[in-house]
Amino acid sequence: MKHVHSFFASILAFAIASPALGQSQEQFIPSLVYRTGPYAPNGVPLANGFADYIKLVNAKGGVNGVKLSFEECETGYATDRGVECYERLKGARGGATVFHPMATGITFALTEKAPGDKIPLITSGLGRSESADGGVFKWNFPLLGTYWVAADILIQHIGKKEGGLDKLKGKKIAFIYHDSPFGKEPIPLLEERAKMLGFQLTLLPVAHPGVEQKSTWLQIRQLRPDYVLNWGWGVMNSTALKEAQATGYPRERMYGVWWAGAEPDTKEVGEGAKGYNALALQHGAEPQAQVVKDILKLVHDQGQGTGPREEVGQVLYVRGVTAAMLSVEAVRTAQERFGKGKRVTGDQMRWALENLNLPQPRLDALGFKGVMRPVSTSCFDHMGASWARIHTWDGSKWVFSSDWYQADDQIIKPMVKAAADRYAAEKKLVRRSSQDCQS
Amino acid sequence: MIYRDSGHMVTSYRADQQIFPVLQDRWAVLGLIGFAIAGVPLLADEYVLRAVLIPFLILSLAAVGVNILVGYCGQISLGSGAFMAVGAYAAYNLFVRVPGMPLVVALLAGGLVSTLVGVFFGIPSLRVRGLYLAVATLAAQFFCDWAFLRIKWLTNNSISGSVTVSNLEVAGWHLNSAADNYLFCLAVVLVLCLGAKNLVRGAVGREWMAIRDMDVAASVIGIQPTSVKLSAFAVSSFLIGVAGGLWAFVHLGSWEPSAFSIDRSLQLLFMVIIGGLGSIMGSFFGAAFIVLLPLLLSRTLPAASGLFGFELSTAANSHAESMIFGALIVWFLIVEPHGLARLWSLGKRRLMLWPFAH
Repeated sequence: MKHVHSFFASILAFAIASPALGQSQEQFIPSLVYRTGPYAPNGVPLANGFADYIKLVNAKGGVNGVKLSFEECETGYATDRGVECYERLKGARGGATVFHPMATGITFALTEKAPGDKIPLITSGLGRSESADGGVFKWNFPLLGTYWVAADILIQHIGKKEGGLDKLKGKKIAFIYHDSPFGKEPIPLLEERAKMLGFQLTLLPVAHPGVEQKSTWLQIRQLRPDYVLNWGWGVMNSTALKEAQATGYPRERMYGVWWAGAEPDTKEVGEGAKGYNALALQHGAEPQAQVVKDILKLVHDQGQGTGPREEVGQVLYVRGVTAAMLSVEAVRTAQERFGKGKRVTGDQMRWALENLNLPQPRLDALGFKGVMRPVSTSCFDHMGASWARIHTWDGSKWVFSSDWYQADDQIIKPMVKAAADRYAAEKKLVRRSSQDCQS
Repeated sequence: MIYRDSGHMVTSYRADQQIFPVLQDRWAVLGLIGFAIAGVPLLADEYVLRAVLIPFLILSLAAVGVNILVGYCGQISLGSGAFMAVGAYAAYNLFVRVPGMPLVVALLAGGLVSTLVGVFFGIPSLRVRGLYLAVATLAAQFFCDWAFLRIKWLTNNSISGSVTVSNLEVAGWHLNSAADNYLFCLAVVLVLCLGAKNLVRGAVGREWMAIRDMDVAASVIGIQPTSVKLSAFAVSSFLIGVAGGLWAFVHLGSWEPSAFSIDRSLQLLFMVIIGGLGSIMGSFFGAAFIVLLPLLLSRTLPAASGLFGFELSTAANSHAESMIFGALIVWFLIVEPHGLARLWSLGKRRLMLWPFAH
C-alpha cells in the first residue's frame, strides 16, 4: 500500500513538474519575406540582414540565454499570401513574438488581426502613419519613422537647398509614386505642406509593378518640375532612374524615400544614377559599422551567412539588421521586467515595445555607433524617433550628403491624432487611458 | 455492387427530378455537408479554417459563377476579378455609408451591383465570340482596376486607397472566431450553389448549354441569344460579386484594389478549366486544386528536400511551387482535358459496374 501511494505521488509530482520542463525555451521570431516577384531585388537583402542579425544574437548566446528561433515565409508582397503566412506562423513554435509585415498592404490587413491574437507588429519605416499614435493603435509600432516623417524631412531638405522654406513658394514639385497604399501614404502631408508653403504639387501615380513609366516621364518632361520625389519600391526605382536618364532630367533633383534609395535601385543604372538622392532611415550603407563586422566574423566566417558576403553592409541589408535589432532589444526589455531567461509572450513584447529605451551608449555597445540615434518609445508614441538623413549615389556607392533632420512635430502630430481619431471612430475603439499603459 | 442506381424506386415526379438520383450519392453528399457543418469546426484548427477552408469555399463560389459563364454558356470571360472587386466595393460602400446595414443585405446588394456591371460588360458578347470576347472582358478587368484606384468616392475617400471592415455580425451572431467565419461562408456557399445547381438543371441552364454548343442552331429553334447570354452574365456576376464581398469582408478584412487584379481572374479561369467546364462539382474540385496545392507544396517541399539531403531557400521553394503547379496543370490537361469532374464521373461509372468489368 505504501509503495502504491508513493508510486502515485511520484507520478503526480512528475505530471506537475513536466509542463515546466517541456516549455519551449526558444523565442520564435517569424520573418515575412519576398524573395520572388517584382519586389524581390529589394526584399532579398532585407530578409538576409534580418536573418543574419538573429544568427548573430544566437551566436553570442541569445537573449539572457534564451535562443531565438526563426522561420521565413514567402509572401511575394501579396496581401493574401501575407495573411496566410501570418495565420500559419502566429501559433507555431510556441507562438510568434512579433511580426514584421515588411509591406504596407500586408500591414493594413494584419492591423485588423494582430490585436485579436495579441501579437505586436513592428512596421519600421512603413505602414500607416497614424499608427504612431499608440493611444489608438495599441499593437502597431512604426519605429524610427513613418511616411509623413519622410515626406516632411524631404521638404525640409529641399527648402534648405533653396535657402529657406519660404523660397519654395511657386516652385514645382512632382511626386511619382507606386499606386498602392504605400505610395499614397505621404500625399496628405505633401498637400498640407504645399498649402502652407505655396509650392505646386503634381501627383503622378505609377501602376504596379512600376515598369511602365514612359508616359509618366513624358509628363515630367513637359512639366519641368524643380524637384521630383520618388516613392517607389522594387523595380519601379531602377526604371524611374533609367527613364530620368532617357528624358534628361537631372538626377540631382530627384529625391527618393528610404525604400527608394538602395543598391538594387541604382547599381544597374550605375553612372546614370549619379547624383540621385534618397532618404536614409537613420542608417545608410554601413560597411564600417561594428555590427556589420561582427556579422562577418561570427556568422559569415562560420559559413552561416544567409546571403552573399558582398551584400553585408549594404543599405537594405542594414535595414533588415536594424529591424531585427529592435525586436531583440524589445525582447530583452521585456525579459528585464517579466523575468530574465524566460520566454516572452506577445503581450509582454507589446509592453516592451512601448517602453523601449535605447540611448546612444547602448546603441554603441550593440555595434551601431554612428549608425543610429537614440530610440525612445512611450505608450502614446509608438514611433520612438523621427530622425533621418539624405544620402546620394556617387556612381558606385551611397554616401551621406546632409546633416541629421528631424520631422516637424508641430505639423505631423495634429495630423496623426486626427487620422487616428478617425480610425477609432470608424472602428468604434476607445482611446487608451493612462491606466492601460501600466500593464 | 455497393454503388448502384437499381433497387430504390421513386413514386412521384418530384422525387424523380431530385439532384442526386442515386441513393448512395444523396447519402454521401448529405453526410459531407453534415460533416462540414458539425464536424469540421470541432476538428480543424484555426489555421486550417482561416487559411485553407475559408478561401477554398469563397473561391469555389466564384468558380461556380465563372463556370456558369464559361462552362455552361460558353462565353469566355477574363473579367472575373473585376466582378469580385465590384461586389466587394459595392458591399463595402453600403456597409459603411448606410448606418445599420445588415451584413447579408450588403453582400447580396454587392452581388446585385456586380450583376449590373456584369450585364453591361456582357453586351460585347452579343457581337463577338471566343478570344475577342475574352479581350472585351479583359477591358472590364482593367477598367475596374483603374476605377478603384482613381475614383476616391468608391474607397470612401480613404487616403491610402486601402479599406477595412470589422465587427461583422449576422442577426446578433458575431463573427469573431475562425469557426464563425467558416460557418457563415459555408451557409452562403451552400445556399447559392444549390440555387445555381437548380438553375443549370432547368430550362435556363439548358438554354445556356444550347447557346454554348451551337448558338446559330439555338437561335433558329427560338432561343433568344441576347437574353440568354446576358442572363448568363447576370447570374455569373451575381455569384462572383457575392464571392468578392465574402473574400474582402471575411477572408481579408482589409484590402486594396490589387487584391482583385488580373491574376485573380486568371486563377478563377484556371480553376474551372482544371475542375471541369460545365460542372458545378468541377468548380469545387478546381478550387480545391488551386487553393490547396500551393499550400501543400509549401509545407511539404522543405521536408521533402530535407529527406533528399539539401535545403531549399524560401525563394527556391516558391519557384518550385510555381514549376510543379504549372507542370501539373499541363499534365492534367493532356491526360483529361475535361477536368477533374470528368475523372470523378468516370470513377463513379466504374464503381457502378464494379466488380464487373462491363
